[in-house]
Amino acid sequence: MKVVTSKPSPTIAADERSHEADHPTSPVAQFGADQPLKLDCGIDLSPFQIAYQTYGELNADRSNAILVCHALTGDQHVANIHPVTGKPGWWETLVGAGRPLDPGRYFIICSNVIGGCMGSTGPASINPATGKVWGLDFPIITIPDMVRAQAMLLDRLGIETLFAVVGGSMGGMQVLQWTAAYPARVFSVLAIACSTRHSAQNIAFHELGRQAVMADPDWHGGRYAEEGTHPHRGLAVARMAAHITYLSDAALHRKFGRRMQDRDLPTFSFDADFQVESYLRYQGSSFVERFDSNSYLYLTRAMDYFDIAADHDGVLAAAFRGIKTRFCVVSFTSDWLFPTSESRALVHALNASGARVSFAEIETDRGHDAFLLEVPEFFDIARAFLQSAGKARGLNDGRLA
Amino acid sequence: MSGQQQVLPLGDWAADAGKNYRADHLLVAGMVERGSKVLDVGCGEGDLLQLLESRGIDGRGIELSREGVNRCVAKGLAVVQGDADTDLVNYPDDAFDYVILSQTLQATRQPKTVLENLLRIGRRAIVSFPNFGFWRLRLQLLIGGHMPRTDNLPATWYDTPNIHFCTIKDFVQLCDEINVKMERAVALDLYGRPLRLIAPWWFWNMFGEQGVFLLSRAEKAK
Repeated sequence: MKVVTSKPSPTIAADERSHEADHPTSPVAQFGADQPLKLDCGIDLSPFQIAYQTYGELNADRSNAILVCHALTGDQHVANIHPVTGKPGWWETLVGAGRPLDPGRYFIICSNVIGGCMGSTGPASINPATGKVWGLDFPIITIPDMVRAQAMLLDRLGIETLFAVVGGSMGGMQVLQWTAAYPARVFSVLAIACSTRHSAQNIAFHELGRQAVMADPDWHGGRYAEEGTHPHRGLAVARMAAHITYLSDAALHRKFGRRMQDRDLPTFSFDADFQVESYLRYQGSSFVERFDSNSYLYLTRAMDYFDIAADHDGVLAAAFRGIKTRFCVVSFTSDWLFPTSESRALVHALNASGARVSFAEIETDRGHDAFLLEVPEFFDIARAFLQSAGKARGLNDGRLA
Repeated sequence: MSGQQQVLPLGDWAADAGKNYRADHLLVAGMVERGSKVLDVGCGEGDLLQLLESRGIDGRGIELSREGVNRCVAKGLAVVQGDADTDLVNYPDDAFDYVILSQTLQATRQPKTVLENLLRIGRRAIVSFPNFGFWRLRLQLLIGGHMPRTDNLPATWYDTPNIHFCTIKDFVQLCDEINVKMERAVALDLYGRPLRLIAPWWFWNMFGEQGVFLLSRAEKAK
C-alpha cells in the first residue's frame, strides 16, 4: 500500500478549526443563563451550546429516535462529509441507507460532546465573560456531564424517550451513563468496545498523550490561541501513541510488517524508513488539522474519571437495578484497550441486576478500531438487535408511521 | 430404588409439532408456565429460546461457543457468552422462574455444583441428558467392547466434550443426595418421543435414550 507522508499546515487548519468551534456548519442548540449545565465539578456552565447533526425523520409518535454517541476524537458528523477534512462521516459503515442504522427507519441524532471542538462549547470556544478563548479556564467535564448536555438537547428537540443509544469506546461510556442516569428514557442500548470504568493502563496512556501536548512549547500553558500557535507536534505525538493502542500487533504486522517506505535499504538515519513509522506520522499530522489540543486534554480527562460503580457505592449492579432497557454489549477479540474482560464484567453486573442483555465477542485482529471498520458479523448483530428491539417497541418494522 | 415420582407428560406436549422444533425442546417448553422468566444454560444456536419466546416466555441464554452466541444475538435473542461451570455463580438467587440445562450436564466439569446452582438461581430447573444406561450403549460396551457411539452421541472417546456421562439411575440418586425434588420425570425413546407408560425406574434406565426432569428445591428435612 502507498503511505503518504504530509507535513501539518497548522495556520490554515487552525482558522477553519477555530471557526467550527464557535460557528459550526451544524445546527446548534443554545442554552442561556436560565438553563445552565450543572457540571460534576460543581460549576454551572452558562451559556453554552450543543452542535448536532440529524439523519432521517422523527415518526409521528416520536418513538424511532436513536442517539449516536461519538468517541474521543469523533464528532457529530457521523454520516456526512466532514466540514474541515472533507472526508466521509466517521461511522458511515454503520449509519446510512441499507446499514444497520438506516435513516429510512430511524431518526438518528449525534451531538458534539460538551468540551469538544466542533461546535459544542469547549476549551476552544470563546468565553463570553472575557471575549477570549476559554483554554484551561474551561471547567473540567465528565462523561455524566456530556450525557446531561445530550439530555438537555433532546428536551429541546422534544424527544422524551430514545429508541436506542449507540456508541463505541468513549461513546460506549456515554451509552452506559445514559442507562445509569436516565434508564426510563432509553428503550435499548448498543454498547461497543467500552467499559464501565477507565483502567489504570488506559489512564496511563492518556497521561502520556497529555504530557506530550503540554511539553510542546507552542502549548503556552494552554493559551496558544492568544499566542497564535498550536502545539501541533505535541498533539501529533499524543495521537501517534494513542493510535497504536487502537490497533493490534497482528493488524500492524499484517498491514505493514517490516516493509520499507519508498526505499529498499535503511537510510541509517531517523527518517521514516519503515511504512509503519510513515503511517503513524501521517495519522498524527492529519489529526492536528482537525482537533484542538486543549479539547484533547479535557476529553481524555473525562474518560479517566469515568467509573459508574464508584457512583453506586462500588457496586456496579446497583447502577442497573430494576432496569427495563434492553442491552447489547459487543467486544472484539483483539481489542486490548477495552478488552473483552471489561465487557464481561459489565455483563455479569447486568445479569445480576436482571437486565435483558445480549453479549457477543467478535473475532477480529483489527483491535479497538474494529468498531469503526467494516466487520460484517458485528453489523449482523447490531441489525438483529435493533430489529428485535424495534419489534418489542412496536416500531412497525421500522417504517415511518 | 428411589421415592422420586415419575409422571407422564402432559397431553399437549406436541402442540407445536410440525414446526421443525425438536421433540425434546417441545417437551421442555411444555413444562414451562407461560409468562415466566427462563434462563437456558448452554443454549446452542437458540432454537429452544426461540420456541419459548414464541410462547411469550421471557428467555435468556448462556452459551459457551462464540459462534453459537453470535448466531443467537443475530436472531435477536438475549444471549451472553459464558460457561456453566464458572459463570452461574454470578447470577443472584431466585433470578429466574426456570433454569434449563438441555443436553449439557454431561459436558460440565462439576455437574453437582452446576445442578445446585441451577436450583439456586431458578425456583425450578429443567435438566435433560443422554442416558448412558440405554440398552444400545450397554450392548456396545458389553458385546463390542468399545466406548459407545450413537447418532445422538457421535463423538469418539478422544474428542467428545462429554466428560461426565451418567444414567437415569445415577441422576435420580444425585437428586436424592442433594435434596432436590423431581416434580416430573420423562424418559424419551430413540426418536425423542416420551415413553408413554409408567414403568419401573430400571425399565426407563434401560429403554430411555434420554431423560428430562423438572426439578424443584425439596423442603429442608428436619
